[in-house]
Amino acid sequence: MAHFKDFTVRYGMVIDLDKCTGCGACMMSCQAENNVAPQEDASNKLRALNWLKVYRLSNGKEYPEHETVFLPRPCMQCGNPSCVTVCPVVATDKNEEGGIVSQVTPRCIGCRYCMASCPYHARYFNWFDPYWPGDLKEALSPDVSTRPRGVVEKCSFCHHRFMKAKDKAIANGEDPLMLPEEAYQTACTEACPNGAIVFGDLNNPEHRVYELKQSPYAFRLLERLGTDPQVYYLSKREWVRRLGDNYLEQEETGKPLQTLLNNSH
Amino acid sequence: MDYSKPIDNALFPKGCERCSFTKFSLFMLIPAALLLWGVISAFVVLANGLGTTGLDDKFGFGLWITVDLAVIALGAGAFFTGLLRYILNIDELKNIVSFTAVVGFLCYTGAMFILVLDIGQPLRSWFGYWYPNVHSMLTEVIFCITCYCIVLIIEYIPLILEQRKFESNKFIQHLAHNFHVYMPLFAGIGAFLSTFHQGSLGGMYGVLFGRPYIFRDGFFIWPWTFFLYLLSAVSAGPMFSVLMVTLMEKITGKTLVSWKVKQLMGKIGGTMLIVYTIGKFLDSYAWVNSVLPRSGLTFDQMFTGFVYSSFWFYAEHIALVIGIACMALPALRKIPAFFYIGALVTCFSIVLNRFVMTVQALGIPVMPFENWQWYWANWAEWGAFALILGYSIVTLAVTYRYCPLFPQEAELNKK
Repeated sequence: MAHFKDFTVRYGMVIDLDKCTGCGACMMSCQAENNVAPQEDASNKLRALNWLKVYRLSNGKEYPEHETVFLPRPCMQCGNPSCVTVCPVVATDKNEEGGIVSQVTPRCIGCRYCMASCPYHARYFNWFDPYWPGDLKEALSPDVSTRPRGVVEKCSFCHHRFMKAKDKAIANGEDPLMLPEEAYQTACTEACPNGAIVFGDLNNPEHRVYELKQSPYAFRLLERLGTDPQVYYLSKREWVRRLGDNYLEQEETGKPLQTLLNNSH
Repeated sequence: MDYSKPIDNALFPKGCERCSFTKFSLFMLIPAALLLWGVISAFVVLANGLGTTGLDDKFGFGLWITVDLAVIALGAGAFFTGLLRYILNIDELKNIVSFTAVVGFLCYTGAMFILVLDIGQPLRSWFGYWYPNVHSMLTEVIFCITCYCIVLIIEYIPLILEQRKFESNKFIQHLAHNFHVYMPLFAGIGAFLSTFHQGSLGGMYGVLFGRPYIFRDGFFIWPWTFFLYLLSAVSAGPMFSVLMVTLMEKITGKTLVSWKVKQLMGKIGGTMLIVYTIGKFLDSYAWVNSVLPRSGLTFDQMFTGFVYSSFWFYAEHIALVIGIACMALPALRKIPAFFYIGALVTCFSIVLNRFVMTVQALGIPVMPFENWQWYWANWAEWGAFALILGYSIVTLAVTYRYCPLFPQEAELNKK
């Protein structure tokens, strides 16, 4: 499947699942950074707002062979996003250097077609009016707009930080499209105590993600559907990599990807 | 003044008898109850948000979208009968074309009302016209459905203008006449618009390449579901119109449309059903043998439990074969029992298709580490359905009582 658009700068993540302990710091930092409204009753996980969600994966075996892995899932910022083409009002787009899929909440009419299209469930709907109990309102970040009821929201790779980094680069007379890795980092990347999340420009050889994404242990979620995600995962465990995509019984892990790549060349 | 006749007798279509006004009013209590339920649920949803429904982040689409797609398919009798009557000049259909237009009008306006409830920001619904994304199938749906709704209103107006009360008004008489003169133009526009929005509703699902259950390959920019939705609508639409006429006949105790016209509608629907069924079987074969394995999935992985079981997949297909046997074979079609069974199973298959494409498609785990999810519509969602049902009953009942909806009625019921 073709790229939606080619970009000089394409931000992405490489998440080392063998380092992730499932502590949830990434989720918490994301909530605070992006003014994600807390839920009065978050027991229904299908109604809770989590731009970044940590899934628990299991190898399905009994003790002592049982193994568990935690998989943080931000928006994949797909190279070929299924959500962008379906939105009837261009409330979501992938049209800016950096390759981040935007979500323009003042434009969103809340039809939820994008949610139906996203196989990663990275999009969340505001089912009720946002509510910040007590003094939580005082802790809201001025950098990110809050969202009203009835619109869809999602991870933006902390886009406001990208804007600030570019502004700073321009003010210093530097090229805003050649930001050093440390100039722009997402909140979840900074919060991860184990350094499991690495963030940077996938096209820039000076950024660590450029090298990491080429690891033989790297994989992407549901790659064979053709979404071309900009989030990569690393794991030395084969069963983890196999859970990253759907495979027919006789298929080897990673093989469909190779077939796809060979066909595209 | 003839006191043996209903009080509103002077408003009835010429030569037609109606029940007493008291009986009519008592009957109207049924839709009134539905409307009350609907108004309460609509208020709750609009005032407090979509959190009051059974929808969630996994099921962004649910009962409402299923109902929308189903009624738009079933209401296709309006454009298709109009096309056959006014463009292809099948004269016999003049006896049912007004009725199909009213059924279509109710289906489309009902669907549009549900859409107002279904979108999170109803006050922004005009964004669809102001900031259209030309790549989105939903944009095509928004434009074509609203435009076609206007066409249906135009097709409805002559019925009102021909009300007996306006008989003495020359201007209204001429206006009604002119509406009829230009009706082929509107029928043509309606057919054009309907072709695209019926197709786009199917295209909406077929383009979702992240959802292997509904993703389909296709021709140029249109996935196969584009053509299948159009074909299924023109198959089920005429049959649904016939079923509605028959239901009205049972309620009123009168013959409203001749058996000959019904047979013709069945023949037309049955012929289209053959084309649709061939397409549907080919599509299912390609889905099982191409789309699924390409996505690393198997047929069995698409089904679980009872609600999402493969029983419904087979039921949808078998119903089409039964429908063809009953409607396309003249020997069976001529027998009323087979005729109505054929119409019912065809409509059932099409409604079931809209359900599985909407709800089951979202319940299936796409990421291998996910689980199946279940969705149950709650009282507020059923309430919105009750609202359009109540509204349709009221409109249809009032139109039937006071407007010349069935040209054959007076003759067929002559004592």
